Amino acid sequence: MNVLAQSHGRLTLPGENLLDIRNLCVFFRGDSGWLQMLKDVSLTVKPGEVVGLVGESGCGKSLTALSVLNLLPLRGCRRTGQILFEGEDLVPVSESGMRAIRGRRIGMIFQEPMSALDPVFTVGTQISETVLAHLNVSRKEADERTVEALANVGIASPRNVAAMYPMSLSGGMRQRVMIAIALICEPRLLIADEPTTALDVTIQAQIMDLLLELGSRTGIAILFITHNLGLVAESCSRMLTMYAGEIVEDGPVQDILARPLHPYTAGLLGSLPHRQARKSRLSSIPGRVPSITEMPSGCRFGPRCSYAEPECNAPQSLLPLGARHVRCRRHETLSLAGSGHE
Amino acid sequence: MHKLPLVIGNRLWQLLPIIVLATFVVFALLHLVPGDPALVLAGDYASDERLAEIRKLYGFDQPLVVQYGLWLLQVVQGDLGRSLLSSQPVLEMILHRLPNTLLIATYALVVAAFVGIPLGVLAAARSGSRLDSFVTSIASLGVALPSFWLAMLLVLHFSLQLRLFPTTGAVYFTTDPLAAIHYATLPSLALAVGVIAELTRQVRSALLEVFNSQYIRTLRAKGLSRTAIVWQHGLRNISVTLLTLLGLQVNRLLSGAVVIEAVFAIPGVGTLVSYSAINKDFPVVQGVVLILVTMVILINLIVDIFSALLDPRVAEAS
Ligand SMILES: Nc1ncnc2c1ncn2[C@@H]1O[C@H](COP(=O)(O)OP(=O)(O)OP(=O)(O)O)[C@@H](O)[C@H]1O
Ligand code: SF4
Ligand SMILES: [Mg+2]
Repeated sequence: MNVLAQSHGRLTLPGENLLDIRNLCVFFRGDSGWLQMLKDVSLTVKPGEVVGLVGESGCGKSLTALSVLNLLPLRGCRRTGQILFEGEDLVPVSESGMRAIRGRRIGMIFQEPMSALDPVFTVGTQISETVLAHLNVSRKEADERTVEALANVGIASPRNVAAMYPMSLSGGMRQRVMIAIALICEPRLLIADEPTTALDVTIQAQIMDLLLELGSRTGIAILFITHNLGLVAESCSRMLTMYAGEIVEDGPVQDILARPLHPYTAGLLGSLPHRQARKSRLSSIPGRVPSITEMPSGCRFGPRCSYAEPECNAPQSLLPLGARHVRCRRHETLSLAGSGHE
Repeated sequence: MHKLPLVIGNRLWQLLPIIVLATFVVFALLHLVPGDPALVLAGDYASDERLAEIRKLYGFDQPLVVQYGLWLLQVVQGDLGRSLLSSQPVLEMILHRLPNTLLIATYALVVAAFVGIPLGVLAAARSGSRLDSFVTSIASLGVALPSFWLAMLLVLHFSLQLRLFPTTGAVYFTTDPLAAIHYATLPSLALAVGVIAELTRQVRSALLEVFNSQYIRTLRAKGLSRTAIVWQHGLRNISVTLLTLLGLQVNRLLSGAVVIEAVFAIPGVGTLVSYSAINKDFPVVQGVVLILVTMVILINLIVDIFSALLDPRVAEAS
């Protein structure tokens, strides 16, 4: 850890990581002991960077995101490892300590805009209460910032919308409101957990453009979680692939798209149609993600991998390879097809 | 909020058939008793002339609908008939005793709300903790305890042993408010326990459901304190459930008052209705039931109006 980062708590030197997750493990209490939901997840986000996290449904993307802000269920849940944010480890931070970070230094938006807003409070109240919780400003000032924030996320009549209840807004509008809430205190990191998945295709593109535009304007770093490899190809500089609670590949987006090293990533890319990249979903790999109770002891992707060998029945570690990492013992001998995207 | 008059108008319109039905049932009470209503009114040993007189007086020779219409007309004018026993006007008798009943019911409701709601919130906010299981099991017990038994325990302990409260009787609130409250305390507590238990349980379960919603996660992700999430967002989200619940508890309190007034010998409408029922003073029974039904309908209307004020979804739906 950097001395500067430690003494000031909030500084990061150029080139240093804003978010640095090291060997994060998450356990849930099951009927017979703890179940490991995430295994040694490591990922980094640099200031201003947009990093993609992809993987099939249930592989642990949301758990990773929720772990960072410790929004996991309050009971029956345990984390190990380190989550360094601006040099400070968040894992041991208390609930009240986390409160000062949530919404202030790290913003988060969720997958389900329809149910993510409180139905009985106006949109304006829900934005301004965030400001009031973190910044020492008057109610009037908070209201002004609220209107400004709504205008910033492309809402045409912000004053009217501020007085509305969520039920009178469309999904796209609600997601804009969520973005306004997440960004109003000007955090340095935004965690966007599938922000467009629940929306219509045309609205998806608008929300995505808005996020990227706000990102580049304010210099905020984004950890972008998605099913959609096309969106990653368009918006991220680096990406990570997750499978069954583990990171299986990690590297610059261009390199991975051109030549994936892990058969799972290659499988995901195989399901990425070149032209309508934005609409693509991950679905073409045969078989299903193993459930947490019947996890293979060797390579977790083994049962679905067409390159599996008997030797693959041993646990695979994440192997470093220049700027990249891959969790496959055969990566050197395999020559996997890329997306042909770039 | 400009939708409010619409909501009220709507509810009144919907209430109309309920009012007609309810008043008709109250009216028909007399006719539901097996046998000749005139015989019922006149008592077992009435002469034939008296019976004929009563039939004429009450219009029993007319068709039922006509009788109902005439009765309703009188009721609207404030004439609920006269007691068969004392020949006092029924309305006067009721109005004289109603304050005592309303005092213990209101007192019980206020105590129950101030104890039951916070207990439910506390249990939900710490669900799964030892405090939660303690509160929940006490509440289950409280729901099951009969109020008259509780009343007797309270009297035994607080009046007979500690001599803090009178054992029986009541003082009119208008005569001496402090003494009235003093007299009403034990009966109200006996009534309140069941309501506290019910409120605790229902508030807890309604809040737990709210806590499982996605938007609660958003509130946590914004960095709001637990206090703000539970007391502002949580309570506001269950406010409609809570109001409905309180409305139902009023019904429960009014019917519970009948028993409790008997235990504490309070001259309220509860004792009036039980005494009249035993003595077959049907006009009085009818009058009391009518007043209680009207109160229940009014309370429901008030609950609806406040629900629409508190929750935009309710206003939208109507
Ligand atoms: N509160 C919870 N209790 C128990 N299991 C959970 C809980 N939340 C998530 N899980 C499990 O953890 C695993 C990972 O879930 P997670 O939500 O992280 O997946 P995901 O990659 O975000 O999937 P999706 O694309 O569907 O959002 C899943 O198997 C899920 O069933
Ligand atoms: S280690 Fe073996 S089974 Fe696992 S992904 Fe590589 S080739 Fe497939
Ligand atoms: Mg998810």
